[in-house]
Amino acid sequence: MYQNRRQYSLPAKTSAVLAIIISIVVFMNFGFRDESAIIRITKKKTVIKDSIASVKAFMDVYQVLMSPRCMNCHPSGDTPLQGDDSHIHSMLPRRGKDGKGVYAMKCSNCHQPTNLKGLNQPPGHPDWHLPPSNMKMVFEGKTPNQLAKQLVNPKTNGNKTLKQLIEHADDGLVKVGWDMGEGRPAPPISHAEFKKAWITWIENGAYAPGR
Amino acid sequence: MLTLNINKKSYTVDVDPDMPLLWVLRDKLGLVGTKYGCGMAQCGACAVHLNGEAVRSCVTKVSRAVGQQVVTIEGLSEAGDHPLQKAWIELDVPQCGYCQSGQIMSAAVLLRENSNPTDQDIDAAMAGNICRCGTYLRIRSAIHLAAEMQRKKG
Repeated sequence: MYQNRRQYSLPAKTSAVLAIIISIVVFMNFGFRDESAIIRITKKKTVIKDSIASVKAFMDVYQVLMSPRCMNCHPSGDTPLQGDDSHIHSMLPRRGKDGKGVYAMKCSNCHQPTNLKGLNQPPGHPDWHLPPSNMKMVFEGKTPNQLAKQLVNPKTNGNKTLKQLIEHADDGLVKVGWDMGEGRPAPPISHAEFKKAWITWIENGAYAPGR
Repeated sequence: MLTLNINKKSYTVDVDPDMPLLWVLRDKLGLVGTKYGCGMAQCGACAVHLNGEAVRSCVTKVSRAVGQQVVTIEGLSEAGDHPLQKAWIELDVPQCGYCQSGQIMSAAVLLRENSNPTDQDIDAAMAGNICRCGTYLRIRSAIHLAAEMQRKKG
């Protein structure tokens, strides 16, 4: 029996080598993740992608960005839109190179630093403008798929990184969409809900819906 | 008390900082060349220059003008001889005249930024100034004439 037991035991050196190999395989399986399954927000922050959660959140983002309060200043042409029916802005101001208007119709000539009391007064913000002519960031006419892809691409989103994109939810001119003066309904969800959906969309992979 | 610089003169006024600049000019300072047309930045009759830009004084709070340079139609030129004013007279542009101060103040910004405007440039600059009498064709001609005068003067 002593002889049989000795037949089925490995030499010590072999056992040690096998143990090391197995440890390496186990470590590689659990110590490193598949890089395609994560998204890097900053150098220190990564999150795991979830395409279903991302697309679901984007549909909330989409309905905000396509509401008049946002879309009116992201027109497909060079004149902003106006009103809840997004008609072309009366008096036909033009975008201009920097998005701030031209000649006697620069945006801030009429749009004051703050809102004014009363209906049909121009809404206000200290830096009222459209996107510049070399990066128009058009929302009007975009499908969810098109808009999502445009928003995450630095070449079409104002050179923003993912981190800057997340921060953009708190940009002053974005937030003013929820406070544009009397007679201008806010977007369909609150800013807090929009910000949550925005971050959820980005941090779960910034996926574009199928259509 | 607010101190304003209007047409290179200093004025001190005791008004609410939220009072539209238009009413400070007209009611407090007697500068009635600037007109009230709509009160909501839709017609351009109230255009004045704030640091050279043609703001609509009916919606611009006077507080925004404190410490800035304001020019009204009265101060566009010292002797009434701005090229636009001369062209306006030469081509007999005004009918009732009510919108014309705003028209000229807007056109002045155009000519400062573009010495040889095309008709499209004029459209872009002037579409916000409404004329109930329909003097648009003469306004366009006068802007072209003023631009030519300005170029010749150098």
